Amino acid sequence: MYDGGKIIFGLIIFIALVTLPFTLGIGKEYIKANPKIDTPEIMKLPEAERKCVESKDFMRKEHMKMLIEWRDAVVRDGKTLYVNSQGKTFNMSLQNTCMQCHSNKSKFCDECHNYVKVKPYCWDCHLEPKENIKKEAGL
Amino acid sequence: MGIGLALISVLGLILFAYVGTTIGLNALFGVVFPYAAFIIFVIGFIYRVVKWGKSPVPFRIPTTAGQHYSSLWFKQNKIDNPSTAWGVALRMFFEIFTFRSLFRNTKAEILQGRLYVGSSKWLWLGALAFHYSFLIIFIRHLRFFTPETPWVISIAESLDSFLQVHILGSPLLYITNISIAVALLYLLGRRILDPKIKYISLPSDYFPLFLILGIISTGVLMRYFFKVDVTAIKELTLGLVYFKPVVPEGVGSLFYIHLFLVSILFAYFPFSKLMHMGGVFLSPTRNLANNNRMERHINPWDYPVKHRHYEEYEDEFREKMKKAGIPVEKE
Repeated sequence: MYDGGKIIFGLIIFIALVTLPFTLGIGKEYIKANPKIDTPEIMKLPEAERKCVESKDFMRKEHMKMLIEWRDAVVRDGKTLYVNSQGKTFNMSLQNTCMQCHSNKSKFCDECHNYVKVKPYCWDCHLEPKENIKKEAGL
Repeated sequence: MGIGLALISVLGLILFAYVGTTIGLNALFGVVFPYAAFIIFVIGFIYRVVKWGKSPVPFRIPTTAGQHYSSLWFKQNKIDNPSTAWGVALRMFFEIFTFRSLFRNTKAEILQGRLYVGSSKWLWLGALAFHYSFLIIFIRHLRFFTPETPWVISIAESLDSFLQVHILGSPLLYITNISIAVALLYLLGRRILDPKIKYISLPSDYFPLFLILGIISTGVLMRYFFKVDVTAIKELTLGLVYFKPVVPEGVGSLFYIHLFLVSILFAYFPFSKLMHMGGVFLSPTRNLANNNRMERHINPWDYPVKHRHYEEYEDEFREKMKKAGIPVEKE
């Protein structure tokens, strides 16, 4: 090979770059997201009534879109009521509706968001729920 | 003709992945094909580069756009016609990061019966937009393949979505989603709309364009329109990285089509024009200093020529030469 040293040096960089996903994981634990829905507010409800605003599948895929539409509806259009696919009415509010049941932000929201590395900007404006503050103070 | 073949191939691949995952071959499309594609990509890439490395480049090829190193009163263009390693490094830097030779692209056109040749920057702009968008998208996707995201990835991600536009079905719109689509459609459009470029375009020119267009469309569909369970997808991708493959429930065909097209792109890479990714580093007209007149470059395929000195010749034929009356040097 001509200029073999330089070419092999380049190829080593290439291999180091393309195998980064494999090498970055070395020594790091293989984790899975495990969001918890066992808050006292949810457990208080009778089993049949433990339902979110929409179905579990819908919430999993569309909650981000729903929340941003709620924000626009409340803040920009002044509409505060949401009627779901079952005809039930909810107050469009992250803190007063969603977080009422899902009070465990660190075990519910953050579990998946940290896992897939998403940083929602909800908390740029909203106050984070108290459970986190308590925890930090306790540490 | 070429365009039809390429389009049918890509549509066929999409259909193949769709049918395959509908009949439940998820493990094949989610695990086997990605691993196979990655191996083909790495080995094929190294093979191609080593093969290029074995080709001799006997002399420096100064296809340059600047004054070469000459007498003192000529100002040398040290980047476009370098004579030192540093100059070459700069030329390579501008070539790789700003596509300097594409910047010199010209276009010839006949207007009102006269031929005009002029500078044309659109191809350069389109190529730059496409490549940088692709790079950012590629870096962004590493978040699915690393357990802890390095800060580079998070920065690429937050810069890409900093506009916080939510006109489509997601709170954040990636700028690169728009820019890569526009750039790709331009690169495809120029092949279709310009008869001169259409004439020289082959299926292997259209195929990568359609393939990448397919990858982008499926990605955009998953992000904004037909949402997928991202957590389940990360379980699959992280499983690949940890060599503990899992095929999670609840991931639809759309994701597998996306993954399959990406696998095809990786596997196709070493055999195609896409190898310009490695090739740009090995372009002899770019990566060799123009020092033909300063250093001696020996042609590598020069073999030792058999030669004979006059003395030896005379030794052999001295007697015969004398008889014929030819003067000799040694008696």
